[in-house]
Formats: sequence, structure tokens, C-alpha cells
Amino acid sequence: MLRLEDVSAAYRGLRALQGVSLEVARGEIVAVVGANGAGKSTLLKSIAGQVATEGAIEFEGQSLRRLPAHRITRLGVSMVPEGRRLFPRLSVEDNLRLGAYARRGADRFKPLELVFALFPRLAERLSQRAETLSGGEQQMLAIGRALMTQPRFLMLDEPSQGIMPRLVDDILAAVTRIRDLGVTVLLVEQRLVEALAIADRAYVLQTGRIVLSGLASDIAADDAVRRAYLGI
Amino acid sequence: MTATIFAQVAVGGLLMGLIYALVAAGLSLIFGLMDVVNFAHGELLMLAMYATFVVWLATGLDPLLLLIPVAFALFALGVAIYHLLMARALSVRFNRGMVQIFVTFGLAILLRGFAQFTFGSDFKSVSSSLLANRTIDLGGVFVPTPQLAAGIVSLLAFGALLVISRTEFGRALEATREDRDAVALIGIDRDRIFALGWGLGAAAVGIAGVMLATFYYVTPNVGANFALIAYVTVALGGFGSLFGALVAGLLIGQVEALTALLIEPSLKQVGMFAIYLAVLMFRPRGLFGTL
Repeated sequence: MLRLEDVSAAYRGLRALQGVSLEVARGEIVAVVGANGAGKSTLLKSIAGQVATEGAIEFEGQSLRRLPAHRITRLGVSMVPEGRRLFPRLSVEDNLRLGAYARRGADRFKPLELVFALFPRLAERLSQRAETLSGGEQQMLAIGRALMTQPRFLMLDEPSQGIMPRLVDDILAAVTRIRDLGVTVLLVEQRLVEALAIADRAYVLQTGRIVLSGLASDIAADDAVRRAYLGI
Repeated sequence: MTATIFAQVAVGGLLMGLIYALVAAGLSLIFGLMDVVNFAHGELLMLAMYATFVVWLATGLDPLLLLIPVAFALFALGVAIYHLLMARALSVRFNRGMVQIFVTFGLAILLRGFAQFTFGSDFKSVSSSLLANRTIDLGGVFVPTPQLAAGIVSLLAFGALLVISRTEFGRALEATREDRDAVALIGIDRDRIFALGWGLGAAAVGIAGVMLATFYYVTPNVGANFALIAYVTVALGGFGSLFGALVAGLLIGQVEALTALLIEPSLKQVGMFAIYLAVLMFRPRGLFGTL
């Protein structure tokens, strides 16, 4: 579904990705793990069209490389970015409905039902400003807003960041349910154990290069790998 | 000094204030959206006034009939200014803020020069219209119809802006204003939103220009004065706040009128600039600003 071939990217003058190749098949959850500064966020931003890249990035056979970011979203590639990037002074409802802004047709608000089924808390807080939500609720809202664009491919950048441990499990469980509904997922996480538990396959990123890839269960089980590449 | 005189002055200030508010709303909209102060805002007003004057002179059409066409023309001009100038200014890599200031400033000089070259620097005026040379007696207070109509139209235009801000497009404007980089994540083309924002801001000042042309002289420099008042209004009301622009516009209108009455007509702007200084010192974000 998504294919990266020899992708390099610089971020703030630093080479953040060097010759990264990776593939995600339809219906998979693929995790990208690695230490801070390994280039995980830059990888997602490259796919989302937010940083300039070299190499090939194809989604369903179509090159994403020269497309502006909003066009990539409209193709069905949605990103929940680091720091969530909600519209803080707009209400929860406005944040969600704006997710469907670029969609046309009568059923464009239909994903709301799915969002409320996944995250019932959001339904209780519709008129609240996004900035008044807790970290976990904001993450739910960010995922909900991304789902409103009706993505076929969802990228999540550190969904567990700044969230109570109890909610991390809820959010990762929701990610699994989203995949079960037919959305392919590319997940960037620092929480290795949790991420590998829900992923099918994983790539280990270290200083901008992929140093290892394989089944998530194999990578999770390999002590040497964990020590060598993940510093744990 | 009698109560009637005060009432007369207050009504005059109110009607002028509504026009100030509309001009300021256009400026505030663009600033709120892009953090760019449009230094050519007054020149857009001037262009709208000349457009009204020229079409009226050539065809005899009543300025009121030109309201919608001129608003659309200014809208198109605003969109063009964004695409041809501002989008480029946004994409520079160094000193972006300065570049944006100089671009709109340069545009202002260009437009003023264009007007001077084309129309000369004589004062022009629209001397006949449905509204001209009439007054309405409101219980002893005499209100000239052009000013009255201008006030009402400004209020309606303001209402239209408020309605737009409540639509889905208005929400998208607000979202772009809050995080211009995040809107791409939901498939919104921020260039389009910026362009429409410029269009709306220019259309607002265009409507003010048509109405102003029915009773105010038209010269290449007429915009400068109104733009200055608009900056004060926007600063007083709070940058980016539509409601703030309305309240501040009305306040400025009153202060100006009362200063002229109580101190000296030629010093009518002293009061408003005193308020401006006070705002800068005591409440820099303005009455309703959130920045």
C-alpha cells in the first residue's frame, strides 16, 4: 500500500533520514521504533508531505513526493502529529467536524459515530474547547479528527506521549480497532513493549537509518536487539 | 451647548464609527489570519472610492447600485494580491516579517501613484445620488441620508461577516488562524483560505469605500487617513477580533466627534490617539484581543 525507496530527508539542516526503504501492506499495523532523534517523526512528516525528501514515496502506486500536504491528506493518508496540533480555541465538535472539511457528500460526518464509539469521552465534551481537555482526551480528539478525514492509511506519531499510563492502553486498543475496520496503520512509538504488542511488523530506526526489520514478535523477543538498538 | 448639539454630534460619530468599524474589520480579518498588517488597506478603500466615482461619472449609475459589483471587484483584487504578492512573501526564507511589511507598503505606494497618475490629485466627489443632499429629521437631530445609509450598510456588512464567521468556512478560517501548518492534516489548502481571507477583507473595505464615496471627497491620499484610524481601531479592539473592531470603531467615532466638539475640530484626532497610547500602555492586547 505504501512504499518508501531510498528516502533521505533533512530536518532543520540535519540529515534526519538516510536511505530509508520500507513497505506497509494493506491491513497491517507497522511500528517504527527507535530512540529519541532517530528520525521517526521526520519519517512520518516525509510521507505526509511536510518535509522535503529525496527518493521515492508511493501510496497505492502514486508518488506522494511532490504533492502538497493537504493533497496527501485528501488521498486518504492521514497523520496524527507529534504534539497533536489541535485547534485549541475551537470546540471539540468543531475540531472533529473540520476533519471532514475537505470531504464532500451527505455522509461526510458519518465517521463521527465511529469516533464516539471509540472514544465515548469525546461525545461528553463536544462543546468544550480543545485546550481544556486532558492530554489523553486531546490525543483521542486528534485521532478522532484524523478519522474524520476518512483515511485509508493512518500515521500516529507517539500517541502515548504525555498521557496517563492507564489511557495508553485504551488508545492502543483503539488503534487496533481502527485497523480492524480496514485502516492501515503506521505507528511511531517510544514505548517499545506496548507498540510491538499491537504491531504486525516493525522497523527499528537508528540515526536516520533502518537497522532492523521483521515481525514485531521477533523483535520484541530479541534481547540483543533491544539492548543494541533501543537502549533498554 | 445644548443636549441637541450633543445628540447631533453623537449620531454623526456613531455613523462614522460604523464605517471605521467596517474598515477595521477588513484589516483585522487579514491580520488575525496571517499575522500580516496590510499597509495597503487604505489604498484599497481609495480604489473602491475611485471605482464608484468613475463608474458614476461614466454611466450615471447610482453608487448604491455599485455596492455589490465593487465589493466583488475588491474581493477579486484581494485574492489576486494574496496569490501574486503575499504567497511569495510567505515563502521567503529569511526576514519573512519584514518582507511582508515592505510588500504591502510597496503596494500602497504603487496604488497611490497609480491613482495620482490616472485621476490626478484633485478632489473629486460624487455629487448626485439617490441619497445626496437630503437630511432626515430625527426629533431635532438632522441626519444626512448618505451618512445614515453608510452606517446602515456598514452594519449590515458587519452582520454578514459575523454570519460568515459562524459557517463552516468561518471555522476553517479560525482553524487556519490558530495553526496554519496543522490544517493540511485535515485536507485544508491554507493558500486557499488565506486568499479568501484577503478577498473578504478587501471586500469589506470595498463596501465601506462605496458608501464613503457618496459623501466624502475622493483623492489619491484619502485612504491614508482612514487606514491610520483603522490601525488604531484594530489595536483598541484587539487584533483579530471582529467584535472588538465593531466596539472600537464605534468608540473611536464618538471620541473623534466629541473631541471636535469640545476642543477644536482641527484637533479631532487627538482624542483617538490619546486612547491609542493609553491602550498601548495599559492593555496592549486591546479590549477583546486574545493574542
